[in-house]
Amino acid sequence: MNPQLIRDLIALLGPKAVLSSPEDLMLYEYDGSVELGSPKCVVFPSSAREVSEIVRLANRYEVPLLGRGAGTGLSGGAIARDGGMVVAFSRMNRILEIDAANMRAVVQPGVVNLDLSRAVDHLGLYFAPDPSSQKACTIGGNVSENSGGPHTLAYGVTTNHVTGLELVLPDGEIVRTGGKNLETSGYDLNGLFVGSEGTLALVTEITVRLTRKAEAVKTLLAVYDTIDDTTESVFEITVRAITPAACEMLDGFTLRAVEDYVHAGFPKDCAAVLLIEVEGLSEAVEAQAAAITEVCKLHRAREVRVARDDRERALLWKGRKEAFGALGRISPMYYVQDGVIPRTRLPETLRRIAEIAAKYELQIGNIFHAGDGNLHPLILFDERDRAQFDRVVAAGGEIMRHCVDVGGALTGEHGIGMEKNELMSLIFSPEDLALMARVRAAFNPEGRLNPGKVLPLGKGCGEIRIPHIPASAATPA
Amino acid sequence: MTETTANTNQIAATAPASGFSGADIPAYEDYAHCVHCGLCLNQCPTYKLWGLEADSPRGRIRQIILVDQGRLPLGDSFVQHIDQCLDCRACESACPSGVQYGKLVESARAQIEQNYRRPLFSRLARDFVFRRLLPYPHRIAILARVLYLYQRSGLQSLARASGILGLLGLADRERLLPPIDRKFFFSSLGRTYPAIGQRRARVALFAGCVAQVSFSKLHEATIRVLTANGCEVVVPAGQTCCGALAAHAGARDAARGVARTNLDVFLKDDFDAIITNAAGCGSTLKEYGHLFPAGTAEHSKASAFQKKMRDATEFLADLGMTAPLAELPLRVTYQDSCHLLHGQKIREAPRKLLRAIPGVELVEMNMADYCCGSAGSYNVTETETSLALLAEKMKHARATGAPVIVTANPGCLLQMRAGAQIHSTGQEVVHVVELLDRVLAKSH
Repeated sequence: MNPQLIRDLIALLGPKAVLSSPEDLMLYEYDGSVELGSPKCVVFPSSAREVSEIVRLANRYEVPLLGRGAGTGLSGGAIARDGGMVVAFSRMNRILEIDAANMRAVVQPGVVNLDLSRAVDHLGLYFAPDPSSQKACTIGGNVSENSGGPHTLAYGVTTNHVTGLELVLPDGEIVRTGGKNLETSGYDLNGLFVGSEGTLALVTEITVRLTRKAEAVKTLLAVYDTIDDTTESVFEITVRAITPAACEMLDGFTLRAVEDYVHAGFPKDCAAVLLIEVEGLSEAVEAQAAAITEVCKLHRAREVRVARDDRERALLWKGRKEAFGALGRISPMYYVQDGVIPRTRLPETLRRIAEIAAKYELQIGNIFHAGDGNLHPLILFDERDRAQFDRVVAAGGEIMRHCVDVGGALTGEHGIGMEKNELMSLIFSPEDLALMARVRAAFNPEGRLNPGKVLPLGKGCGEIRIPHIPASAATPA
Repeated sequence: MTETTANTNQIAATAPASGFSGADIPAYEDYAHCVHCGLCLNQCPTYKLWGLEADSPRGRIRQIILVDQGRLPLGDSFVQHIDQCLDCRACESACPSGVQYGKLVESARAQIEQNYRRPLFSRLARDFVFRRLLPYPHRIAILARVLYLYQRSGLQSLARASGILGLLGLADRERLLPPIDRKFFFSSLGRTYPAIGQRRARVALFAGCVAQVSFSKLHEATIRVLTANGCEVVVPAGQTCCGALAAHAGARDAARGVARTNLDVFLKDDFDAIITNAAGCGSTLKEYGHLFPAGTAEHSKASAFQKKMRDATEFLADLGMTAPLAELPLRVTYQDSCHLLHGQKIREAPRKLLRAIPGVELVEMNMADYCCGSAGSYNVTETETSLALLAEKMKHARATGAPVIVTANPGCLLQMRAGAQIHSTGQEVVHVVELLDRVLAKSH
């Protein structure tokens, strides 16, 4: 990196807000995914004005740049694919305003998702998008990836909870979209920027909706002896038009690792469980819980348990939300997929995943948002085994293709990033992709902001870019 | 192929040698559990303070891996970030993958101790404290007498008033000095205290090192509470420092030395339990097995010892309190000691005991599960960071409106007593056992 740029950055931000030594940069080459890419410098702004100045400097020195929250992403969104500069928002982490009466909060992008909910808990409010990484991930990252979570089923994804943004455009200009109102005049620019995966602008302030906590909540755990019974139950809950707030499935293989961690009383000998939550007014909740129990029993659920208290509820959710990590207990690494399918195709899809696992001699754990058909097959691997990793990538590709074949999508909530951008042409026509490219060019014509993400780089239709082997692959067995 | 792929290939091709060598190498089997999901970040006090990946648990594990891969030298940068870790182990509680972070960071520090040359003063000071002072009770006693004179002769007041401490850059550290007792606890070694009423258990008290010259009143309170609840308490002679400070700092040779002494002393007799009132010591004592290779005779001795080791709050909560307690109308807040909560996974026991006192109202403190900055010798070696964390802690403690802060470890007591002074919160800071002792004393 140009030493003069580093000097200019230090003059702008101070020496403690600029990292450029190799030992520091190595720690920004990863995120929560299997992707890798090392930046040439990392900066820590503390205001929108500083972000704007940083962007102007990047333009002057023709250096690519991208934003980063906590680095918990699962598609390489915060990875500096083309080197350049990482703008880390970890120090822009203040809650600027809590407007309880209007149920809004104004936050800086580095605020941790769960910290916001904790800060408004005493007001009976919370921030509804609840990605499983919510105790660490930032709201800026949620906005970029349009993150979801288990309660997406009832409450929608991040875009449904953002009413205003302050942004720094790739030319350094600071602009605002939306505000505190749910509806604004003119174009829905919030909708355009939320989920743009950091390719259109850097987010410097977010106005979010807060949600009132439900009067009553019931969490049910339905235990099954076959996967088919489990998926059939989800299917039937959908058909009967019962709408739980969340409906999650964990297979027995995953549960065993999870239970060793949380000790929530998940049965270790079952084929799968459904974790279902119903919320609302007390009477409605009782009726819904009864209807769900009936469906589960009809489909041979061995047991349907209702969490006795908040503590048990919290434990069950901890098990679900931290299930990915729990697999780290039995495998050095995993490759997680994020395909979406129509809920009605769940039973056959789960069977197909089992076939793919057998074909490639791999272990695949299934944890997912069953209610909205958002799958998370986790393919386990040991990064030291190169041949196995090739099989992992091939299996991942087959699962993805199946999702597309049954009428689904590539990503539910993790984003396209640099992981699935070459698969975009499976879903979109060249014309569709050209439209997206024109939108990006309208804001980011030089492609300087988060290059190599979302849109295919043109490596041929359907070609799967092989994810890089994690650095620890270099360690011999 | 992108640039980064080329990088990884190049690394694989050259396969540089590990930066670790000798004893206590961080094990692949331990760090491979880390799937770099990042769920630990927001639980880490230093990451919260600075927002740097290098000072997060995930980043520190990555640095350990990079050194093991030979990509990162075991040099100044590595040492700085590993030194800046509190070893509070909050990340272990947060980690779904079960990474034993404490074990990793302590191995990394053992590597630093063997393969990195610290400045002369630092080397001499560490060698003196871990190898020449803490393992020897009579040397602690001598030093304590000198300190006692300093604190009680008026010299301390003079030094503080004159501003000389400030000039020497010692003002902050001096404030964290443990106040020395007039009468040391050493004289109680070898004694047995009979149970009051019917004997329900026979236990040994682990008395520690510095605690014997600075927390003898806490030890006496512990004995009174245990005996009042039907325990015969033996204070075995010959016991010594637990080695926690040494192990945390990477001086594992020194930790092994004292561990051997303690294993011999405490396994000579058959106790129902071995009790400590210091969560920091307890966490190390319960992990003596980490110090010796599996399969050795010492490792199996350590396993037998660990099984008996109990924190005082854990033991009392399990045993059930039978002694009558007087009423104490008091609002208190509880600060989790990291090595009790994150090291030993004990959250409920101390709270259960506090709630058992009639009249006591326990108000939870926001972020009670974050470190107060004491962290063994951290407040001496990384004073500035320690005080920044303490400031945060006292802010939350003050907000509870409780006049008394309760905790479960002498280090935390000292730190928060200093905090209450520095930030003028007017709060008293006591150990759980001391509060129990107060209500006992009234009922007798």
